[in-house]
Amino acid sequence: MLTILFDGIAYGMLLFILAVGLSVTMGLMNFINLAHGAFAMVGGYATVLLMQRYDVPFLVCLPIAFVGVALLGAVLERTLYRPMYSRPHLDQVLFSIGLTFMAVAAMDYFMTSSQQIIHLPEWLKGRTEIGDGPWMLGMGHYRLFIIAICAALTIGLQYILAKTRFGSRLRASVDDQRVAAGLGINVNVVFLLTFAVGSGLAGLGGALGAEVLGMDPSFPLKNMIYFLIVVAVGGTSSITGPLLAALLLGIADVAGKYYIPRFGAFIVYFLMIVILIWRPQGLFVRKGGKA
Amino acid sequence: MKNAMQSLHDLQRWKLWEPALWLLALASPWLLSTHALIINEIAIVALFAVSLDLILGYAGIVSLGHAAFFGMGAYAAALFAKLVMPDPLVGLAFAIAVSTLLGAVCSLTIMRGTDLTRLMVTMGVAMILMELANKLDITGGADGLQGVIMGPLLGRFEFDLQGQTAAWYSIGVLLVLFVLARRLVHSPLGGTLKALRDNRLRAMAIGIPVTSRLAVIYTIAAGVAGAAGGLMAQTTSFASVDLFAFDRSADLMLLVVIGGTGWLYGGVAGAIVFKVMQDWISSITPQYWTFWIGLFLVVLMLVGRDRLIRPHTWFGGKKS
Repeated sequence: MLTILFDGIAYGMLLFILAVGLSVTMGLMNFINLAHGAFAMVGGYATVLLMQRYDVPFLVCLPIAFVGVALLGAVLERTLYRPMYSRPHLDQVLFSIGLTFMAVAAMDYFMTSSQQIIHLPEWLKGRTEIGDGPWMLGMGHYRLFIIAICAALTIGLQYILAKTRFGSRLRASVDDQRVAAGLGINVNVVFLLTFAVGSGLAGLGGALGAEVLGMDPSFPLKNMIYFLIVVAVGGTSSITGPLLAALLLGIADVAGKYYIPRFGAFIVYFLMIVILIWRPQGLFVRKGGKA
Repeated sequence: MKNAMQSLHDLQRWKLWEPALWLLALASPWLLSTHALIINEIAIVALFAVSLDLILGYAGIVSLGHAAFFGMGAYAAALFAKLVMPDPLVGLAFAIAVSTLLGAVCSLTIMRGTDLTRLMVTMGVAMILMELANKLDITGGADGLQGVIMGPLLGRFEFDLQGQTAAWYSIGVLLVLFVLARRLVHSPLGGTLKALRDNRLRAMAIGIPVTSRLAVIYTIAAGVAGAAGGLMAQTTSFASVDLFAFDRSADLMLLVVIGGTGWLYGGVAGAIVFKVMQDWISSITPQYWTFWIGLFLVVLMLVGRDRLIRPHTWFGGKKS
């Protein structure tokens, strides 16, 4: 029981890291980026490659995945994404689906379609059990590691958003782009940085999640739906919204698959549709922000 | 100087090339008898595209889960043939009825929220149906529904292996439903749909009942998509889980956009281009054809999809 809750939280945290970049870019630029999963995949594959071919330690791979994907995101933002901001949503959706298709086929070509396995270091492989009976809590060390990293990142992001100058510029741009630009904030640079960091986080999430979610070329298609659920349910105006949504989704998914394996994924989709009919703007929407 | 009534009538009058086109379509299984199977497939996809165009191009509802109705129609037709009676036309009517019903229920889900909400909800419905088809016993699970045997069409024409009967059957159904859809979009209902696509607030202000109009068109489009799915199941004698797959909805959206939205022939044209391209590219690189489709999409979107069907704006055109 507690173990399921624990695994659910770990999964939810992972989903949050993967989806938070998507949430920010969607709130900031009103851009529906279905290619977000592809960035996560790049991060995951980079880690796998570095570890297998060049024996880079796992802990070093994580920052490399983050920086590498962030750079990639920055380049793509500048060259491909920027002209798409002012287009209708339909164009954006098709554009990013196209990018995803390309990424999937390219990965298939370079890396073969088989699933990649990540070899964790020894100290992450164990499992600690506390208590017994129905309240036994079994914690895989790797999941504990994921939760720790994600919690640290969440606090860091929240701090940057709430306390720093960049954070207030970002929030100003989200609230009203034109007024922010009029006040002398260079909105383009804010966009660029945010997009890069968001993609970088996705890359980091992909690297962390390669072991849990599995890493093969269909990764963006399989998991993108989950990211979108997190964003749609959590709303795009804060960090806590997607966080709570991701935790809810993670716990619901793990518990659903454990207790009713026959209808595992069914529960998640059903929950999402009910929530979105009930609150179409997402569960945690700030009052007064632009819709 | 024509008055407004006159110009509206002119819009809906059958052009000279339209009957010619349809005659050509009806003759194609006979002219290209070795390609009857792909002609059949094109007709089905074209019907499916017309269905999406009704909601996307005319009512402005974005949907990434239109395959839900396609799959529903396919499973309904296949199960009907297997369990009740093998007559194709009755089965098709049943498939349309079931998916129309599903569309009426689902139309409740697309009324509120933003584009993102609608994308998610439509996709969610397709995913739920996919899970159901995967897990229920009656649908045969992941193996798909096998052992569907169709009776002869109209009691006379057997479905043959080359697919000529199937192609004529699909083109015939496409023609009938296309004429109905064409009638629909030029009716006052179609006019109000375009009005609320362009500006929902104004449409509301001049007294168009937005919610009920959206529900009506969504339900009709679901029925048409169900017909396409039913045709698919009947002509291939098979229904499988991947009928609901996300790729199918995404591809469909792509081909409607290639052909041009808000124009019924756009869906048909897109279906032809897309299927021929798919056939051609995947004969060169079977595994990686999605890469080229993706590249095509990205370039198309960067250039702007309006300009594809207006070649005179390609050079020296001002960016809109």
